[in-house]
Formats: sequence, structure tokens, C-alpha cells
Amino acid sequence: MQEAQSALQASYLHHQGRYKGLLGWIFSTDHKRIGLLYLYSITTMFVVGLLLGLAMKFELLAPGKTIMEARDYNATFTVHGVIMIFMIVIPGLPAVFGNFLLPLMIGAPDVAFPKINLLSWWFYVAGVFLVLAALLFGSGTPDTGWTFYAPYSFKTGTNMLPAIFGAFVLGFSSILTGLNFIVTIHRMRAPGMKWMKMPMFAWTLYGTAWIQLLATPVVGITLVLVALERIFGIGVFDPALGGDPILYQHLFWIYSHPAVYIMILPAMGAVSEVIPTFSQKHIFGYKALIISTMAIAFVGYLVWGHHMFTAGMSGTAQYAFSLLTFLVAIPSAIKVFNWISTMYKGSINLKTPFYWASSFIFIFMIGGFTGLVLGSLATNVHLHDTAFVVAHFHYIVFGGVSFSFFAAIHYWFPKIYGRMYDEHWAKVGWIMFFIGFVSLYTPMFYLGMKGMPRRYYDYLPEYHGANILSTFGSWILAMGFLVIVVNLVRSARKGEIAVANPWKGKTLEWTVPSPPPFENFKEIPVVGEKDGPYNYE
Amino acid sequence: MESTHHAHHLPYDAEASKIGMWLFIFTELLLFGGMFIVYSVYRYLNPEAFHLAGEELNTFIGAVNTVILLVSSMTIAMSTSAIQKNDIRLTNILLGITLILAVVFLFNKYFEWSAKFSHGIYPGSQEMLGTMSQGEILFFGLYFVMTGLHALHILVGIALITWTMIELKQKKIHHEKYDLLENSGLYWHLVDLIWIFLFPLFYLIH
Repeated sequence: MQEAQSALQASYLHHQGRYKGLLGWIFSTDHKRIGLLYLYSITTMFVVGLLLGLAMKFELLAPGKTIMEARDYNATFTVHGVIMIFMIVIPGLPAVFGNFLLPLMIGAPDVAFPKINLLSWWFYVAGVFLVLAALLFGSGTPDTGWTFYAPYSFKTGTNMLPAIFGAFVLGFSSILTGLNFIVTIHRMRAPGMKWMKMPMFAWTLYGTAWIQLLATPVVGITLVLVALERIFGIGVFDPALGGDPILYQHLFWIYSHPAVYIMILPAMGAVSEVIPTFSQKHIFGYKALIISTMAIAFVGYLVWGHHMFTAGMSGTAQYAFSLLTFLVAIPSAIKVFNWISTMYKGSINLKTPFYWASSFIFIFMIGGFTGLVLGSLATNVHLHDTAFVVAHFHYIVFGGVSFSFFAAIHYWFPKIYGRMYDEHWAKVGWIMFFIGFVSLYTPMFYLGMKGMPRRYYDYLPEYHGANILSTFGSWILAMGFLVIVVNLVRSARKGEIAVANPWKGKTLEWTVPSPPPFENFKEIPVVGEKDGPYNYE
Repeated sequence: MESTHHAHHLPYDAEASKIGMWLFIFTELLLFGGMFIVYSVYRYLNPEAFHLAGEELNTFIGAVNTVILLVSSMTIAMSTSAIQKNDIRLTNILLGITLILAVVFLFNKYFEWSAKFSHGIYPGSQEMLGTMSQGEILFFGLYFVMTGLHALHILVGIALITWTMIELKQKKIHHEKYDLLENSGLYWHLVDLIWIFLFPLFYLIH
């Protein structure tokens, strides 16, 4: 106990740097503090995005106008999408847990470029303010949807420029994080930690970092072109001047589809850490997990066309994109089998992170299978732009991020704050969130199959019942979220003091005190010849 | 050293900063790669118009600028060799020449663009809409965006080289620690390389 108290005093949380108080955080180049800066800013933005989502669901509680006009509904789903995708889903796991854990996991004192790391958070904040400026000032909130499709994105009279510029800056922040992680992994692994001895989470961060690096510039230039189109009328996406709006869609999805893998890979990585720890077993098929990670990163880069099956492309292109889409399912399924096999004959420790991780598998599989329904050409024509699509990508993107994120935050909570969360309330939060999530999005599969289009603020009377269920689900989910946050905030202040390794985790971050000291390791650890990825001395 | 108290003391790793720069260069290549895709799609769709519009550009100024950038790439590469030999004065001179060449490039660009403007050729110009075909409008739209974006990179390069020269003066760069100089060189070569593609695409292919 005494020891734990002194660990808290000597930790990064209390470390005295050049600045005191808040300045000591926002100017800190310590990767752990930057991880927490991201955690707090992302959570704040998530609350904003969540409220917008709740407003949309409330609007759909009854046919016709409920609380807002069609125009406001358009603005609401646009801002909801921009916030959720660019500010939460993309940075989510890599920026929060990647920053906090990557150096600890590979036995390094920090990331390779600590100042650039801080700069990337500042870019994040700048991007957030730019988008919020679009929301609050000027000639109306953007109403194009988060996809900024041409030609509407440069024809609409709303305040598009700050939103586009904000998304560009957020992309830059993401690139800098990815760049930092790649160099860190290449140059700063502890002596003896070979590539095939890295923890899975570090591997998935590596895959994600490459996607961040190679895909984000494409959307960057695309957004620049839209902005220039708005300001100068250069013509590249304007059919009136000979431009092609379909080309915009291609360029946009070349980034925005891999963006899904930017978020799902570290989500899978976090789950791959939680499941073996709480099954008290080695992870099954470590190499297969690595290969499937890199396969997803690679093939995921080549499937963007499946967003545009009905937008006008040749039959050959459709077949190719459909086939590639199906191919991604293979490495994804390999991962699921590996997780299940890890649990098999394990001694399962039923703690909250395990609940989150196993429900992640459930949610991810529903999202994945419905993805195949959309990836096959015949069914896509019927379901394109319906509520089915919305349900699918919320299962994958929102489900994927939130369930793995909550698994991660509960799993690493003792490490981050040096205190234990309250197990009872954590489980209450989980069950509420889970029930809310399933009842929010499952009815939308049904609605989509029945033909309810997405992005409409109104619907026919026969869609009423399922929409009520969905809206109720959104309330349960929000309450679950509240329970989780209140529990974690309380526990961070008053929770039981945590030991260095409460879960008997096998990775290096559990070998240092909780919370970790400022310099991470007193001495850089050495991974022995006989040590494997999950049994260091 | 005071910095040990508020920042992790990482050992100097020139290799890491070079890898970082290479990764950044990948992102730049993809940024321009997106533009090259747009260019090739519209060139394929409007071969005649791109041919006609390309003849409007001044190949002479384009060629002069190409030579300028190639020479500047050489001088900055030589500056790396100079610092390895610990010849600070020569390094400084070579960087200075690079800087001057970069500024000359921008001057040429300025005169080229203003000549186009005075003929009513600029994005959104009413004159263009009246007299030119859609393909030609697209050509000039892309011309201004791509050379403009490239000019922006020249400006960033100028800033980077200036910063390098300041650090050189402050003796933060020397023959055992010159990663900033090398990275500025890498970046400058990238700017050069992109121009090597832009020049034929706009000025030469007819």
C-alpha cells in the first residue's frame, strides 16, 4: 500500500516539468500525458456527437416534423458525421491508447519525435475549433453529409470552408501520429524485442500507422480541390466546367474506406490483448494474427469502389471491387477464430474488459456479415442508401470503436490512473450500453430492407414501430455511456489503489508501477532470447 | 541540461529522423499522386483540348526553371558533402546558392502567372468561359492548382533551408550532427522531383 502510494507520487501524473497545472499538460511532450489529452478531448467531442445523434433519433421518433426541419436535420447528420469520423473514430484508439501504451509496450522511454507528437494534438485541437466555427458562425451549418460529395459541397450556400479546412487539419494530425509510430516501432524497440516478439496491439498500431500515412494525403488533396473549387471555380469536379463528380467520389473513398481500417485494426489489437489476459492463456495463432493484420491493411486499401456500385462504374470494376471486398472478410474471420480459440480451455476471469471484448466480437461479426450483404452486387442495388447501410457501418465503426475502446479503457485503467474502477457499476454500464446499442441499430437493418432511405427526416407510417424501438435504444445507450463515464471519473479519484499488474498481464507495460513513472522504465528492459511475445522475464 | 526535467532525454538518432523524413515524403508523393490521377483522367478525356492549351504555355521559362531546380538540387546535395568534411563556410555558401535559386524560380513563376492573368487566363475568368472549351478550362484549372501547390512547397523549402542556415550559424549543425541539413536536402529533392513531372506534363507533351 505504502509502495503504491509512493508510485502514484512519483508517476507521470504528478511529475513536475517546466510548467505547472494545465500548462504542464498542454505543453507536455510526454507520450502518456498526450495520450490523456487525446482521451479528454475525444471524450468531449464524443459527447457533442452523441447529443447530435440523439437529436436525430428523437426527430425520427414519429413521422413528419418532430423537433426540427429537414434543413436542420441535414445539418445535424453532417456535423454528427464529421465529428464522429474525423475527431473520434480515426484518432480514437491510436491517439489515446497508442500514445499511452506503444512506448511502454515496446520498452521505450517515449515515441521517436515527442515534439511532433504534441504538435499532432495541437493540430487536432485546431481542427476541432475550425469545424466548430463552421457550425456556429457564417452562413449556416454545412449540410452535405460528412462525405462532402461534389458538386453539392461547392454549390451549397452553407459555411463549408472551415469544415473542409478543419477536416484537412485533422488529417494532418493523423498523419503525424502515424509517422511517429512507424519510426518509433522501427527504431525504439527494447533490445531483444524482435518484430515477432511485439505485442499484438503494437503490431496493429503499425498497420494502422501505414494506412494513416498512405491514405490520408489523398483525402487531403481532394478536400483542397473542393475548397479551391468553391473559391476559384477551377472546374475539376464541376460538371458545368467539364469536371467529373464521380472522380471526387473515387478520391474521397480511396481514403475514407481505409479510414475504417485505421480504426478497426487497433480495435482488434486491443481486443487481442484483453482476451488472452482474461482467458489466462497465450494468444492463439500469434503469427496468423499478425499476417491477417497486415493483410487487412493491404487489401482494405483496394476496396473503396464498393461505396459507389450505384454511382456509375463499369461492370468489370464492380466485380473487382466486390471480389476484393469479400477477400477482406477472410483475414477478419481469421482474427475472430483466433480470439475464440484463445478462450477455448482458458481459465476465464470474468471482468469488465472481457465483457467488452467478447461483445466486441459479437457486434463486429454482425457488422461484418452485413458488410458482405452490401459488398455483393445484387443486394447492394436494393440496399444502397437505405437505413441498412447506416446500421451496418454503425455496427462496424461505432460498435467497433466503442466496444474495443471501453474494453481498453477498463483494461488499462489501473495502469493509467493507478486506481481500480468499480467493477459493479462498470458491468451495469456495459449491459446498458450493449442493450441500447443492439436495440438502436438492429431495427435499422429491418427498416433498410423494407426500403427506408437514409438521411431523411421523415418516413412513411409503416416504418413507425421500428423507429420507436431504435429511438428508445438510443436513450438506453446514452444512459449506459453516462454510467460508464461517471464510474470511471469517480474511480480515477477515489478508486482502490491498483498494484502494478492487477490482471496478470504479460506485456511490458505491466512490469512498471501503476501509474508509470515519468521516464517509463528505470532501465530499458532487455527481452531475452527465449522470451516470446507474451512471456518476458 | 535543464531539458531532462521536462522532456525525455532521447539519444540522438539520425537514422530515425531520416526515416521520419522519408515517410513524410511518401505522404507528399501521395498528395501529388492524387493530383496526377486527376490530371491523367482529364487528359484522357480531353486529348485535343489539353494539346491546344499546352501550347499556350511558355516552354522557355519552364525549361529555365527546370534547370534552376536541378542545379539547386545539386548545390544542396553538395552542401551535405561539405558538412561531412566539416567545411562550414562552404556549406553555408552552397545553401545560400540553393536559396537564391529557389527565389529566382519563384520570380519566374510570378512573371509566368501574371502574363497568363493579363491574357484573362485564371480560374473563374469570364473570358475563359466565353472562349475556351471545357477541356482547356480544366487544363488551366489543373495548371494553376498543381504549379501553385508546387510553388507553395518551394516556399516551405525556402523556410526549411533558412532554418538550416540559422542552426548552422548557431553551430547546432556540425559534421557529427547534420540530420536537419540532410532532411532539408531530401525535401528539396522532392520539390525538384515533382517539378520534373510537372514540366513535361504541362509544357512538353502536346
